[in-house]
Amino acid sequence: MDVAIIGIGLHRFGRSPDMSGMQQGASAVRAALADAGLSWADMQFAYGGSQDGGNADALVNELGLTGLQFTNIWNGCATGGSSLHAAYSAIKSGEYDVGVVVGFDKHPRGAFNPQPKEWGLDEWYGETGLMLTTQFFALKTQRYMYDHGITEDALIRVSEKAFTNGSLTPTAWRQQALSYEEIANSAMVSDPLRKYMFCSPAEGGAALIICNADKAHQYCSNPLFLKAAAVRTRHYGSFEVFAPSQAMEVADAPTVTASKAAFEQAGIGPEDVDVMQLQDTDSGTEIMHMAENGFCEHGEQEKLLLEGATGIHGRLPINTDGGCLANGEPVGASGLRQVYEVCVQLRGEGGARQVPNKPKVGYTHVYGAPGISGVNIITK
Amino acid sequence: MSNQVPIHEGLFTWPAAKPQLLGSRCNQCAEATFPAQPDCRSCGSRETTIVELGDRGILWTWTIQTFMPKQPYRSDETPETFRPYGVGYVEMPGGVRVETRLQANSPDQLQIGMAMQLDIIPFRTDENGDQKMTFSFSAAQGA
Ligand SMILES: [Zn+2]
Repeated sequence: MDVAIIGIGLHRFGRSPDMSGMQQGASAVRAALADAGLSWADMQFAYGGSQDGGNADALVNELGLTGLQFTNIWNGCATGGSSLHAAYSAIKSGEYDVGVVVGFDKHPRGAFNPQPKEWGLDEWYGETGLMLTTQFFALKTQRYMYDHGITEDALIRVSEKAFTNGSLTPTAWRQQALSYEEIANSAMVSDPLRKYMFCSPAEGGAALIICNADKAHQYCSNPLFLKAAAVRTRHYGSFEVFAPSQAMEVADAPTVTASKAAFEQAGIGPEDVDVMQLQDTDSGTEIMHMAENGFCEHGEQEKLLLEGATGIHGRLPINTDGGCLANGEPVGASGLRQVYEVCVQLRGEGGARQVPNKPKVGYTHVYGAPGISGVNIITK
Repeated sequence: MSNQVPIHEGLFTWPAAKPQLLGSRCNQCAEATFPAQPDCRSCGSRETTIVELGDRGILWTWTIQTFMPKQPYRSDETPETFRPYGVGYVEMPGGVRVETRLQANSPDQLQIGMAMQLDIIPFRTDENGDQKMTFSFSAAQGA
């Protein structure tokens, strides 16, 4: 049985000072329902997650107490990937025909401050200043650049592309393109990563209506198909965040295994993908994720970025809506925004940011602490 | 003079003439980890032994923490007195890469592959007036 996506909804990322995180989640669900032409009462199940916006299942207070199964999902920044995987499995199992996946968040300003105990670590690790995601991505990027001959030029070009794409995306938080020089001269935050190479915590909501594909045409004339949903955690030796030590032998990242599993499920390869969203909490991770997801060889990114291959008109259009860099990261919603954007592109509704030549296959990748990756493949 | 106490028991041998980082090694697969833990993340065995990981190593990667972290960071600093610090992973002779603060705090003092040595340094003063000691690495001196 195939799984279809018949409705997509977004509550704009950025700041919504007059709305709670929960209200932004409800706003996204209403938008997705309207897109599908369905009502909340039609939903048989829901999966949702949020870090700071409250328990997702409390959304029924806003949307209606219909008695549906509503399960809360929490997997850090990979929450959206895990929620969508749960919905995919619920449809695949035959138990349900139609339901909703939702993510939302509203974070305080400034960097996240995770607590050691919640990650199975002792207090000294946080007290002495070793427990920062920004720091980890800098450490991983620094080593990656050394191993694979990547220079700062590539880091700058990722950000330049992100903010250019954001400027073409009406729903993006950051809508102002930044010049190469502005990025290159922005303050160094964690060597080698500068201010304009990091995304910020933000607010927003995203929702998808998921349906048994056999019944999708009852609801919708243009369903898309969720051909694969895979979530994997880290291996022994993966170089991952919040790790006081690392094994000497570096193993594949969970992204590599999630990506392979998803391509296997879908029966296609990286060369078949027309448009992709790769987790870009900073420009270094986008570069690493290009190779970890199989879209290029390690080290090839430098040349691809120089050629503009990852731009909207390139052969590997990555993060067409500006990604996390231009949209910010409301943790619970971020992974579903990626799917939303890929659906917009496959429907041909991307406007100024539309990838040319009618893309048919889309790919999304989300990554969360302490080493979780979720990959989805979506087709027309 | 104030008392000096380790920030956490079992991270390093101290006081000692030549303090060593402490970790654990699996009796089954021989993989080492820091800090010491009773079970093995590599093979799942529950038989591990506490071992000295050494006091010198090679810098595997590094960065500079330029802004003062929010809580759970807990030092004696204020936003006005905060000084950027280095962070890195140091490859230890005991067979594991350990994440650590670095004494160096500017990019021109750090490069991947450089030799590093362990220092046990005061980190903050607690409510009893005791100095909490932590581990850190700096460029290796001499042989
Ligand atoms: Zn073992």
